Amino acid sequence: MKRIEEIPMYRRTKGPLMTIGVIVNNAILLIAAALSLLPILHIIAVSFSENAPANANLVGLIPIGFNLKAYAEAVTDSKMLVALVQTIKRTALGVPVNMILTILCAYPLSYHKKDFPMRTFYSGFVIFTMLFSGGLIPSYILMSRLNLMDTLWALVLPGIPVFNVIIMMNFFREIPEEIKEAAMIDGAEHFTMLTRIILPTSGAVLATLTLFCFVGHWNAWFDALIYMKDLTRYPLQNYIQTQVARMTLSPDLEEAKRLAFISRRSLLFARIFISIVPILIVYPFLQKYFQTGIIVGAVKG
Amino acid sequence: MKELSKKLKLKRTWQLHVMMVPIVVLLVIFCYVPMIGIVVSFQDYLPTKGFFGSPWVGLDNYRFLFSLNDFFQIIRNTLIISGGKILLGLIISIFFAIMLYESNMRIMKNVVQTSVFLPYFLSWVVLGGIFIDIFSLEGVVNRIISFLGIEPVMFMGHPIWFVIVIIITDVWKVYGYNMIVFYAAIMGIDTALYESATIDGAGRIRQVFAITLPSIAPMIVVMGMLSLGNILNAGFDQIFNMYNPTVMSTADILDTYIYRMGVVSGQYSFATAVGFFKSIVAMILIVTSNWAAKRFAGYRIF
Repeated sequence: MKRIEEIPMYRRTKGPLMTIGVIVNNAILLIAAALSLLPILHIIAVSFSENAPANANLVGLIPIGFNLKAYAEAVTDSKMLVALVQTIKRTALGVPVNMILTILCAYPLSYHKKDFPMRTFYSGFVIFTMLFSGGLIPSYILMSRLNLMDTLWALVLPGIPVFNVIIMMNFFREIPEEIKEAAMIDGAEHFTMLTRIILPTSGAVLATLTLFCFVGHWNAWFDALIYMKDLTRYPLQNYIQTQVARMTLSPDLEEAKRLAFISRRSLLFARIFISIVPILIVYPFLQKYFQTGIIVGAVKG
Repeated sequence: MKELSKKLKLKRTWQLHVMMVPIVVLLVIFCYVPMIGIVVSFQDYLPTKGFFGSPWVGLDNYRFLFSLNDFFQIIRNTLIISGGKILLGLIISIFFAIMLYESNMRIMKNVVQTSVFLPYFLSWVVLGGIFIDIFSLEGVVNRIISFLGIEPVMFMGHPIWFVIVIIITDVWKVYGYNMIVFYAAIMGIDTALYESATIDGAGRIRQVFAITLPSIAPMIVVMGMLSLGNILNAGFDQIFNMYNPTVMSTADILDTYIYRMGVVSGQYSFATAVGFFKSIVAMILIVTSNWAAKRFAGYRIF
């Protein structure tokens, strides 16, 4: 496949009309890139600003009266820290569980039905769950019947990553036959084959899907909204959500104390920024893998 | 080689079955059991009495649903929001895919690709919090338009403006994805076509309409059809985090309605009926659209 940055020779610019075209083209692209980042840069600027300019909404993209007071209040907010710990716990539990399930499901399904006669049945069984669901309320009733409400398991077990299974299965199929056959000559069984041959050659897809799982768990909130009755068990996203919803109400006593010297907007945006820092850290890798993933998916079709 | 691999085939398929056990068990519990739970919609479900103790009411919940004016309004809202997102999303992503291809600056391509994907990975909780502020009466957007001499607009409190904001912000979040799909499709076009067009004296804009767009037309149709399969998902995450009581008349969609009826008001049976209606229609749409995409352009997901 052609490299993505490649610019064909014959398309180099010539003539004055072309020069205008090139300028307009690149200007539009630059505006698109800026529009994607500006809202985020704006809230970061507000979170670092002084009380008065932040309240009066005078801050654009550069903080006015740079200070860290909003962050000092955010990181000493014990409820927010509890929520952060919940998010870390669900991510730490959810990512390995999801990945193990994905691997265990993708490996058998990567075989042709001639080698694994039940494959058609299993794949149909898995795919059907993508097409049809019982809906929100039956799942909700079930979760309370199973006594999983208010537990982390309610956030981890139902998230069966069928889409990831498909990506991983396709990757396993691409592993050259010769490698697999060499293992078969040595008399390897399936478990050995998976752990010794398949997984060590699948570093790329494992890294990509781990990253996706991580972002998925970090950003998830709806499951906790319905399955966590005890609000102290809310993950970070739900805590932020509560804070956003409260912006129209007057602050409670605890919050009012925090707002003595800072704007309410600065505090909210400091909380939001803290919540997206891990995503920003993994973003460069995420973007790289994600893009190749989309292109491979689209080309393979 | 074929003979050899046949002989060496791993015989012990029971191990493959063992591997499938965990996922099958979880799918049965968390996906298939709730499907059976749809029977709740034919009952007047009372949590204290459970599945077996609650009285049966036949199709009452469905009759009630179809007699509601609200229901048609919600379907209309869902289709308008979803349709708007699909249409604008396709236009924007195709436009920028072409722009990206036409750019002669390598650094610009990298900058654009790195920037436009970032919002894709942020949750609607975070983005909702940001947009409610930015589109508020005193927010940045109103600052800019009043600077231009236009009256401030209540974006978040006006039923029609709200829908426009919903559509635009959703496209803003996700267009990078389809942009890359179309960009890859454009990269696959035979460059000889452009070369001969250049020799024939066709300008760049002419080439876009004569070569690029016709070449990626099948891809556009596939992407469009696959989105139509999901037309009943108007974006619960986004709307739930951005809507407010003043815009209910246009912003309430199927999923927000099901959530409020079921989880908030506790009308389990009624909400299950609405959910079942949605699941059935969605399944028909997804199967049809995937079939059409496969037939039209040989696209297959599994």
